[in-house]
Amino acid sequence: MKTRVRYFALFREQAGCGSETVDWSGGTAAELFALMAASHPLLKTQAAALVAVNDEMSAWDTVLSDDDEVLFFPPVAGG
Amino acid sequence: MSFSVSTSAIDVAAARQAVADPHCGAFVAFEGWVRNHNEGQAVERLEYEVYRPLAEKEGARIIAEARTRFAISHALCIHREGLLELGDIAVIVCVSAAHRGAAFDACRYIIDAVKTRLPIWKKEHYLNGVSEWVNCEQCAAAGHAHGHQHE
Repeated sequence: MKTRVRYFALFREQAGCGSETVDWSGGTAAELFALMAASHPLLKTQAAALVAVNDEMSAWDTVLSDDDEVLFFPPVAGG
Repeated sequence: MSFSVSTSAIDVAAARQAVADPHCGAFVAFEGWVRNHNEGQAVERLEYEVYRPLAEKEGARIIAEARTRFAISHALCIHREGLLELGDIAVIVCVSAAHRGAAFDACRYIIDAVKTRLPIWKKEHYLNGVSEWVNCEQCAAAGHAHGHQHE
C-alpha cells in the first residue's frame, strides 16, 4: 500500500527530505518509522518522538490504512 | 481565538486586554523569553518551526482543558514562529479568573502542556556559528536515550 510520510525539524534534516511516498506491505506507525530509519541512515529512533496520522496525534501501534498521511515529529520543544 | 501562532512580535497589551472581564479579580500571565544561554552555550538567536494545522488544534484543546479543570473566565496563548532575537517573547499565556488560585493553576497547566504536546521545535543558533535543534525537556525525561547529542 502507499503511505505519504512527512518529516519535521530534526527528522527532516536526518531524512534529507520533508516528505516522500512509500510503497510498502503495511503495518503500524512504529513499523513504518523503522522501515524509514533503515533507508535513511541518519534517521534514528527517538524515545520521545511523536507520530500523527492524518493530522491527529496517534499512538505508535496505530495500524495504518491505505493513503494515510503519517507525520513523524522529533521531541518537541515549544515555549 | 484561544490559541494562535504568530509570525510577528506578540502585542502584550492586546493579549492582556483580550482576557479582561469585570467579573474577574485575578489576572495571571506567563511570558517565555529568548535567553542568551542554554546548557553552557552562548545563544545568538532562536528559530521556531511550527506545524500549524496540528499545533492550532492541539493548542485549542489545551485551552479548553484548562477551562474545564479550573474555575477561570478566559485564557489565551500565543506562540511565535520563525526567527527570534534575544529578549523577544517566544510565548505568552494570559488567564483571568474570579480568584487568583485558579488563574495561577491554569496558567501553569497551559504553559506546561504547550511545551510538551504541541508540534513546535526550537533551533538554537549559537555565537560560535553552530546551530542545533533543542529537545532538552524530553531529553531529560528520556535520559538522552535517543540519537540527539549536545555539541
